[in-house]
Amino acid sequence: EDEEEEEEVMMEAEGGFPLYPGHIPTSPLQKALLAAGSALAALRDPYRHDMVAVLGETTGCLALPSLRDKMRHHPEGYRILQERPRIRLSTLDVDRLRGLPDGTLGREYVRFLEDNKVSPDTRMPAKFVDDEELAYVIQRYREVHDLMHTLLGMPTNMLGEVVVKWFEAVQTGLPMCILGAAFGPVRLNARKLQVLATELVPWAIRSGRNASCILNIYYEQRWEQSVESLREEIGILPPPAVRV
Amino acid sequence: MAAAGLGPARPLLARRPGALRALLGLARGLAAGPQTHFGFQNVSEEERREKIYQVFENVAEKYDVMNDSMTLGIHRVWKDILVHKMNPSPGTLLVDVAGGTGDIAFRFINYVRSVRERQLQQKLKRHQNLSWQEISKSYEKEKVKPLGDSQVVVCDINKEMLKVGKQRAQHLGYSEGLSWVLGNAEELPFDDDKFDVYTIAFGIRNVTRIDLALQEAYRVLKPGGRFLCLEFSHVSNPLLSRLYDLYSFQVIPVLGEIIAGDWKSYQYLVESIRRFPPQEELKEMIEDAGFFKVDYQNLSSGIVAIHSGFKL
Repeated sequence: EDEEEEEEVMMEAEGGFPLYPGHIPTSPLQKALLAAGSALAALRDPYRHDMVAVLGETTGCLALPSLRDKMRHHPEGYRILQERPRIRLSTLDVDRLRGLPDGTLGREYVRFLEDNKVSPDTRMPAKFVDDEELAYVIQRYREVHDLMHTLLGMPTNMLGEVVVKWFEAVQTGLPMCILGAAFGPVRLNARKLQVLATELVPWAIRSGRNASCILNIYYEQRWEQSVESLREEIGILPPPAVRV
Repeated sequence: MAAAGLGPARPLLARRPGALRALLGLARGLAAGPQTHFGFQNVSEEERREKIYQVFENVAEKYDVMNDSMTLGIHRVWKDILVHKMNPSPGTLLVDVAGGTGDIAFRFINYVRSVRERQLQQKLKRHQNLSWQEISKSYEKEKVKPLGDSQVVVCDINKEMLKVGKQRAQHLGYSEGLSWVLGNAEELPFDDDKFDVYTIAFGIRNVTRIDLALQEAYRVLKPGGRFLCLEFSHVSNPLLSRLYDLYSFQVIPVLGEIIAGDWKSYQYLVESIRRFPPQEELKEMIEDAGFFKVDYQNLSSGIVAIHSGFKL
């Protein structure tokens, strides 16, 4: 009996019950410690994607509700919030997408996955977001990240990732993107930094500002659309002619 | 946790997590056999063994790093104190149960080695009139038996932990007098009356049937053998206890997530410490198993305690 009471006290201290599968409720102190610790861990080892994910979740308390509201007030975004589509290999018909004509979103997305040897299934599920709808929003942002690479024409090397982070920072306002955009370039050599500063970042910022909210596109219903026409529709400016 | 899937029933029971837990526990208990705990959850004994196996499978690689981070290195001092208290002499046979990554075993070897060296030095000092032949023969003896026939058997139920232990031994250069055995503390794969000392450091908390482990300890010890248990215990000082709880519940799972990418295993760790019997109760359990002169020594104000007993 007093073990149960003790547990109730602990639960209260930590914010109660899990709200979705995989949810770990945390107290404000724990979130602060997680944010600081994950930031340091990600700086030390940028390949710790789990730490980047934790940083995003623990610092997104202002940006995520704002993103969710943008989605709610847009017809396509609203539908996405209702239907909760997930991008993963088990739901994608990769062969069909590969068979689509060159230049279509589906064909180019599959090409991107194969060229860079990545898979949509490696995205971490949300753990520390204390609202089930916001957990979906950050999950959607993660799963749409590869499509951003495709639409921006950026590979998954360090330079490409930094460019996408700048774009996402402007688009979402997530502190994790802002930190990644600011600290990512630290590991680039002078030549890459120059290309980044003079051509890629200004373009990424301009596109980010010009484009409508990228979470408001139901990508799964647009595989046949050409990348160019989708770029125009969203407002992403044509990428500069640089090798990344 | 199962609570997430219960929909409309949840608001009703949300105010009384104890009631919900009891219901779930009852349902599962009717299916599964004797009930026990896993941290703050109620589970069957079989489930508990499986869950604990998985915890250690997950943490094995980062076990030592995590110990240093969580205790700020102080666990090393606790283990040193345990081996000093043991004060093994050359020729001692030690079984270190739940010895996983080898911390106690390596300390035992170091201690015995230095005792042995001192023994030989003393012997040399006493015989001042040795010939060169006799001196070189005694140096040979030292090389042949640096541990003086002492041996330590590390026994652990978890293959991953043993694997890490063997790797560490190789890396640090320990090979002589050391062996690794896969085994369950509740049912040890050893004959009766075999060992001079039995240690279990930060392991007995994870055993599902502590009484069986204590009985097994009694069985495999020689008459005159000593039982030593190093384990997290209860802090009686109320202020220190609050600080300790705060640190345990707020910081340790965060460290687990950051360093090992595993929140849940470290959440289990801090919960299991709270569930473990306090000093006096453990003392009684050890006496029940047949040990005499059972006593305990608090370390760090009771955060950790060493319990000792003898088989007579």
